[in-house]
Amino acid sequence: MQGLQTKGLTLQYGNQTIIDCLDFDIPLGKITVLVGANGSGKSTLLRSLARLLNPASGEILLDAQKLHSMSTKQIAKQLAILPQGPVAPEGITVQQLVKQGRYPHQSWFQQWSKKDEMLVEQALEATQLSALKDRPVDALSGGQRQRAWIAMTLAQETPIILLDEPTTYLDMTHQIELLDFLFELNRQSKRTVVMVLHDLNLACRYADHLVAIHNKKVAIEGAPEEIVTSQMVEEIFQLKAIIQKDPYFGTPLCIPNGKGRYIK
Amino acid sequence: MLHSIQFKTVGLIFLVGLVGVLYFCSLAMGQTSISFPLALEVITNYDPNNEAHIIVATSRLARATIALTVGIALAIAGILIQSLTRNPLAAPDLLGINAGAIFFIVFALTWLNMQSLTQYMWFGFLGAAVAAVGVFLLSNIGRDGVTPMKVILAGTALSAFFISFTQGMLVLDEQSIQTVLFWLAGSIAGRDVQMLFDVLPLLVIAIIVSGFMGKAMNIFSSGDDVAKSLGQNVAILKLLMGGLIIVLAGGSVAIVGSIGFIGLIVPHIAKGLVGNDYRWMIPYGACIGAALLIAADILARFLISPMEVPIGVMTAFIGGPFFIYLAKKGVSRQ
Repeated sequence: MQGLQTKGLTLQYGNQTIIDCLDFDIPLGKITVLVGANGSGKSTLLRSLARLLNPASGEILLDAQKLHSMSTKQIAKQLAILPQGPVAPEGITVQQLVKQGRYPHQSWFQQWSKKDEMLVEQALEATQLSALKDRPVDALSGGQRQRAWIAMTLAQETPIILLDEPTTYLDMTHQIELLDFLFELNRQSKRTVVMVLHDLNLACRYADHLVAIHNKKVAIEGAPEEIVTSQMVEEIFQLKAIIQKDPYFGTPLCIPNGKGRYIK
Repeated sequence: MLHSIQFKTVGLIFLVGLVGVLYFCSLAMGQTSISFPLALEVITNYDPNNEAHIIVATSRLARATIALTVGIALAIAGILIQSLTRNPLAAPDLLGINAGAIFFIVFALTWLNMQSLTQYMWFGFLGAAVAAVGVFLLSNIGRDGVTPMKVILAGTALSAFFISFTQGMLVLDEQSIQTVLFWLAGSIAGRDVQMLFDVLPLLVIAIIVSGFMGKAMNIFSSGDDVAKSLGQNVAILKLLMGGLIIVLAGGSVAIVGSIGFIGLIVPHIAKGLVGNDYRWMIPYGACIGAALLIAADILARFLISPMEVPIGVMTAFIGGPFFIYLAKKGVSRQ
């Protein structure tokens, strides 16, 4: 079995159990989106999949190998994670940041190579940052900055990319731009993309596979059009909503109930 | 800021040259002024009957070499500690590491009656290690783990604790005050060359190892999560950095006592010159630290001649205002 799997995975913060005995597979070559209420443990689960958090018990398998028995560098060649709200060192340029993505592929004997240079250029090109490569990361706009980080994970050249709420702090235009980019990346190069998103509608539009985390478990998973219903939203988010078809894409569109102005 | 590799290389060559010139100034200048050619002759063609040669060989050579090594060690310790704690205001003296080393040395001297310099050195390392671990444990208390603010608070508290206990021991044992005083103020004058020879190998090893850390520290500076994601073994790197800090700071204290502020200000000067790239910051910092300490030591001979200003007081003169400047800059940015 290839890709990422969990077997009886239990995650804890102190004595508090976040995820309880979870068996779950990430489909290869697809976009998987984790959704759930605040504090449901979706980010925690994502972090543990990327070995940033050690499981209290159970296993995570990467290509059928136990994650904890692999060296961190070995893992870094298979899987990249972009954590939530990363902060670049003061004054570091876009190119310097993207170059860091080549770190797991280098060693004492094999320093900077032609291939490294090429992959960094490709990553800058793909994220449309070539013109900005000598700018300091902290001088970029929010959207550009997030693209710079994604360029770094691209340069890491891994078949699996995990992203923890990559659209946080971005305005609508930049959210769509970023998700479009990840979508094309997945469709063109068949990279497995796993991300946590807050916006259920965007999750339904981009996810091949939607995973809802609730009550320390995967409450339901599958193609969004098959699993997203009023009952599902009520159970996962404790929110009354009607589900319609997105007029553009035909994917599920969640319209929450609540207070507000009515126009007759 | 120097941008291209060519400029950075030229700058580094210039700094190495500056350190060389200052080193020779340190041999030549002082109460007895000795000409440069004569000072150079000590190395090339030593004459044991020449009075000037004897001054240089017995006192100034050791002094210049100590200032050189300790300057490098303190500067690199400062760069490491600021990177490790991700705190621009961190320095070995501000985190209680110097005070811890002094406390243990004074303890060995007054209570255990130890006389050998090598023993002081090991007690210095022990004290530095105890203080470093103490600061880490203290600042790790609470929900949000180790934050820059808590590191500084814990360091200040531990520092005060160690200093007051050191003073307490000295009050009980007044005879030792004379021997111990220089450790408290920090001094390069009249230090035994033997001391340097005992500690030097360890310091040199730590300095060389630090020289190879630049790339790893660049990766580390994006945060634990990003560094781990890029395949860096963050836990081992932190341990290694901690060990280097203890050897560099503890060893420096064992030789010259507490010299403050070099570890605080040099990393900022180096960063200002070459930007946030540790592959360059470490060699630049090493040169700037050496140059600053040698220059301060030369100046200390003339300010209140024929007396000498303790070197720790000299560096505090430069460092105090700089610290206030940094603190203000940090506050205004937030």
